[in-house]
Amino acid sequence: MSLEEGGPESPESDVTINMMSFEDTELTLGLPGEGRSSSTTTTAAAVVNGAKCSAKRGYIETVDLNLGSCSSKPRGHGDTSVHDSGAGKPPAAKSQVVGWPPVRSSRKKAMNESCKYVKVAVDGAPFLRKVNLQAYSDYRYLIKDLENLFSSSFTIRNYGTCDDDKEESKLKDGAKGMEYVPTYEDKDGDWMLVGDVPWNNKNFSNMFKYCKLS
Amino acid sequence: MAYSFPDEVLEHVFSFIQTDKDRNTVSMVCKSWYEIERWCRRKIFVGNCYAVSPRMVIRRFPEVRSIELKGKPHFADFNLVPDGWGGYVLPWIAAMAGAYPWLEEIRLKRMVVTDESLELIAKSFKNFKVLVLSSCEGFSTDGLAAIAAGCKFLWWLFSDFGWLLPGKCGLLYALYVDSFLLIMLYRVNDDHVLQTFVYLGLEGIIFQAGAEDSDVFFFLTLIWNLRELDLRESEVDDLSGHWISHFPETYTSLVSLNISCLGSDEVSFSALERLVGRCPNLTTLRLNRAVPLDKIANILRRAPQLVEFGTGTYAAELRPDVFSNLAGAFSSCKELKSLSGFWDAVPAYLPAIYPVCSKLTSLNLSYATIQSPDLIKLVSHCPNLQRLLVLDYIEDSGLEALASSCKDLRELRVFPSDPFGAEPNASLTEQGLVAVSLGCPKLQSVLYFCHQMTNAALITIAQNRPNLTRFRLCIIVPRTPDYLTLEPLDVGFGAIVEHCKNLKRLSLSGLLTDRVFEYIGTYAKRLEMLSVAFAGDSDLGLHHVLSGCESLRKLEIRDCPFGDKALLANAAKLETMRSLWMSSCSVSYGACKLLGQKMPRLNVEVIDERGPPDSRPESCPVEKLYIYRSVAGPRFDMPPFVWMMDDEESALRLS
Repeated sequence: MSLEEGGPESPESDVTINMMSFEDTELTLGLPGEGRSSSTTTTAAAVVNGAKCSAKRGYIETVDLNLGSCSSKPRGHGDTSVHDSGAGKPPAAKSQVVGWPPVRSSRKKAMNESCKYVKVAVDGAPFLRKVNLQAYSDYRYLIKDLENLFSSSFTIRNYGTCDDDKEESKLKDGAKGMEYVPTYEDKDGDWMLVGDVPWNNKNFSNMFKYCKLS
Repeated sequence: MAYSFPDEVLEHVFSFIQTDKDRNTVSMVCKSWYEIERWCRRKIFVGNCYAVSPRMVIRRFPEVRSIELKGKPHFADFNLVPDGWGGYVLPWIAAMAGAYPWLEEIRLKRMVVTDESLELIAKSFKNFKVLVLSSCEGFSTDGLAAIAAGCKFLWWLFSDFGWLLPGKCGLLYALYVDSFLLIMLYRVNDDHVLQTFVYLGLEGIIFQAGAEDSDVFFFLTLIWNLRELDLRESEVDDLSGHWISHFPETYTSLVSLNISCLGSDEVSFSALERLVGRCPNLTTLRLNRAVPLDKIANILRRAPQLVEFGTGTYAAELRPDVFSNLAGAFSSCKELKSLSGFWDAVPAYLPAIYPVCSKLTSLNLSYATIQSPDLIKLVSHCPNLQRLLVLDYIEDSGLEALASSCKDLRELRVFPSDPFGAEPNASLTEQGLVAVSLGCPKLQSVLYFCHQMTNAALITIAQNRPNLTRFRLCIIVPRTPDYLTLEPLDVGFGAIVEHCKNLKRLSLSGLLTDRVFEYIGTYAKRLEMLSVAFAGDSDLGLHHVLSGCESLRKLEIRDCPFGDKALLANAAKLETMRSLWMSSCSVSYGACKLLGQKMPRLNVEVIDERGPPDSRPESCPVEKLYIYRSVAGPRFDMPPFVWMMDDEESALRLS
């Protein structure tokens, strides 16, 4: 009873040593698909590939698994594309696998309800940040946090005070003397100044797509 | 010749032995100890509700007061167990209703609990005190209303003649006058005349009837005063927020209430406030998201004795009066040790909890979408923190601050803020975990979601923290290698199991070959639960685990190339474990049948939504496999997509 030969990527040097214990076990009945001609339901392909049935499935393969019929395609070498692609980079196509990552549905639901992520870019800053709009109840907080987020890139000082209703704040870069004005792109693709539409409007959060300080 | 203590003495000695394991050992000493022990066992834990039948439990342990049951396998939390699989509690409740009228506590996890079950609980157990429903489902707020309403004085009449049956008597009216209870009862006598009786008594005290009928003594006890109602992470059908109003105005014994999982848009705040106000022993209160921030102060002021508190949505427009009111309310809670909730927390209101931070031992910020700078400020106020749950917004910098501020930290859980995003959402890497492992000498329990890891980091963590007992690492993209060396993470996890000799629970992720399982089988001798996903190369991996891990109780595997060989070769091991779950692996239907046939004390369940497994070749892998030991035999409540591999069927097939 020999184990299937593993794919080229698996270290098989000490396999044989541990294989002895298999022979010592009680259950020595033949495994399904191994040289059994009496079964009428197995297809030729299944008999041939019986020993290879337990090949590893690649990640992509798992996602695209055709569960309609048990296809006994030879999978002996596994899906090497996952291991060899791009020097170990994770697969680019990240389709959602059921139950992965292992986050409880109650948590997923809670995060979805509070999840209105928006990308924020500042002209001249080297990277984007994401903010969760649901966490804010008005502009002042949003602006303040944006300041904090980008303060590591360059100093941004709050210019002027926020009036109660108008909530227009202009941010100033102390070093370069440039003013930063927060804008966003709404659902229709128009660029709006932050503060034009009242914050408390529930629809507002849905419209927020992209906010740029430029 | 035989020296023996009287039973009562032994029973008294046994009362000091509390853990199940020790109790089980005691019962195996000899027959008389078995007998004595079974009559005085009060607490039962059933880790798999299908491992034993209610009747068997009742037969062996006739005087149980507290029961804990678990139903679905752990992977049900991640939607891997199809709806309708099982785990119904009703048969248990129905059996216990008759057998354990004095049952006080029911704790359920991952079970299907219907409103009918809740109503039955409310009706059946006269001295009921504790109901905990953890990750359960199937019930609505109507069922909760039944539980709340059950908290009235269930009276119980009997006479020394025994001829008075409950059906012939009734409660007309009951009223609390200060702490005295005034009740009016009626009875239909043999002449079919209605008689009424008025009694006065003190709560909890048995008192005697009035002079109306001196032949008959009415004994009355006050019962059914719920202490604890905990719905942690259950899924409740929200039909109405008014179920809270069903707690009678006279009900004052609440000690613990956890309704954080309820979504209800309208929770009756006034009823909640009144309930909180009249329960002086309330020490745990976890509100749900619907309770707005400005209501918290009122509730806290009514319950300054609270030890554990969970807020609702912790977001509002910043108003100085609201803030100071809230901060004042928190300061009045001198006993507060644990805080949670904080949905959508707004940074501006966080300082309101600073007055209590120095005493906090547990903080759950895992629903708070606040960023690292605010989190750093917060944790630096909490030097006595033992338990922290937080989102990855804390970032490496926040974890470094945690490591320097919170030297008493025992448990850390870092959840992903954006689990399905392709890119990391926050600057959280393996460095954060390394920092905590270095700075927190008492760290025992870790749950960590991140995007990258290295063997070096894992080795460092293992060497820093050999006292780890629970280590669950989830690298979000499956099969991610060590990002520096591009090698598998075998060596890193190997270090964890080698150094952490008391490791009880381990979850693996990242790129892993059979080698990691070799390490686990060699070193993880105290490991009780192992979770594996997208790992391994061959059956050898599974074989290492099954043959090497002596203490293994629960093994759950998904998307691994493990097939028949290791499973069949280690069949006997499966009887020493509670359960094995395998999904999207390569175990064939034929092997399942074989296992079912050979191992009568195992229930081998094939879960397959493609239709009957014998409509496909025997070599075809099954979708999901759940194997558990059982003395109850096959269950009869299986849905159409679950097939039980048992002796008869297999025998017919193999001939």
